[in-house]
Amino acid sequence: MARIIGGVATTHVPSIGKAIAEKKQNDPYWKPFFKGFDYVHYWLAREKPDIAVVFYNDHGLNFFLDKIPTFAVGAATEYKNQDEGWGIPVSRAVGGDPALSWHIINNLVADEFDVTMCQEMLVDHAVTIPLSLMWPGEKWTVKIVPISINTVQHPLPSPKRCLNLGRSVGRAIETYPEDLRVMIVGTGGLSHQLDGKRAGFINKEFDRLCMDKLAGAPEALARYSVHDFVEEAGAQGVEFLNWMAMRGALTGEVREVHRNYHVPISNTAAATVVLENRVPAERRAA
Amino acid sequence: MTQDIPGTTMFDGEQARKGYALNRMCYSFNSAENRDAFRKDEEGYCRQFALTAEQRAAVKDRNVLAMIAAGGNVYYLAKLAGIFGLNVQDIGAQQTGTTVEEFKQKLAAAGE
Repeated sequence: MARIIGGVATTHVPSIGKAIAEKKQNDPYWKPFFKGFDYVHYWLAREKPDIAVVFYNDHGLNFFLDKIPTFAVGAATEYKNQDEGWGIPVSRAVGGDPALSWHIINNLVADEFDVTMCQEMLVDHAVTIPLSLMWPGEKWTVKIVPISINTVQHPLPSPKRCLNLGRSVGRAIETYPEDLRVMIVGTGGLSHQLDGKRAGFINKEFDRLCMDKLAGAPEALARYSVHDFVEEAGAQGVEFLNWMAMRGALTGEVREVHRNYHVPISNTAAATVVLENRVPAERRAA
Repeated sequence: MTQDIPGTTMFDGEQARKGYALNRMCYSFNSAENRDAFRKDEEGYCRQFALTAEQRAAVKDRNVLAMIAAGGNVYYLAKLAGIFGLNVQDIGAQQTGTTVEEFKQKLAAAGE
């Protein structure tokens, strides 16, 4: 049976892609962010995931405003990245696992999450930058199931809904008969705002609260509305919805094993968190 | 437009309807060929996407707040800003009426 080993959440700011291309990892500006991945690399080498289920938001690469799905699940054998118009290098394509994707889709819809199903899907920097951070040199060994959450066009799904979406994905993975080690990824955030007179807004206290509650008390975060998140974390800080879904998919006993938080990277409070997921003994025995 | 959080415009249905032509043009800038076409003939390119007078004026003035007021979404506007060689600190400074250096200092101070 497939097993969920844990989750990684990380910021996905486009300028990270440029910093990687220009090999700036050890520059004083970038080092506090990149060194937060040393532990992630150790953890991935130890845990050896086969699959990464990636919750992210598209920024106008695969989806334009003509059609915006609230939740969309990729079911392709390969996911390409393309020019997004803001000057970051195009990444290599990422392999998919259509059989697992369809298993997740079937279970989600049976569970009343009526998702959009995508047999062709471009993945933008919100997928490729986290992969490049976790596996430098684009040397990732995992296949992915990308799950896009609309964080752009309001109305957005609520934090509670995203937590429950993640839970449904987690239950689906646990019933998948293949022996796969599955990690969950949530990308984006934390607090930032790019637009309007409030551009540059960052809220350390709220970010800390979100990270403090994520592993042990995600329900406390599910009480917030999207409006609350925009107010407390900034217009784009609402990308935390991807973190909520990631957390939801960790269905066992969850603990934080790593956290790095650094302000600023570009206009963003940058954060990287690793959560471990242990299946309780009674469920292992069942 | 909905703006009950100061300095923040919710990109809701009303904004999406208002901004459609502008955002559609910006979406086209995912292609290098289209970015070049815009550089070569900005007026003609904007006409092709049927920008409203308000949107055209905002683009002409490189005025991000005016683009947002005209329905622009910042993720799409960032693709346009890239053509002008502006990053999110540059547009942050413009929108908040500070220099880029001051804007960067404000960000750094938020981390202290």
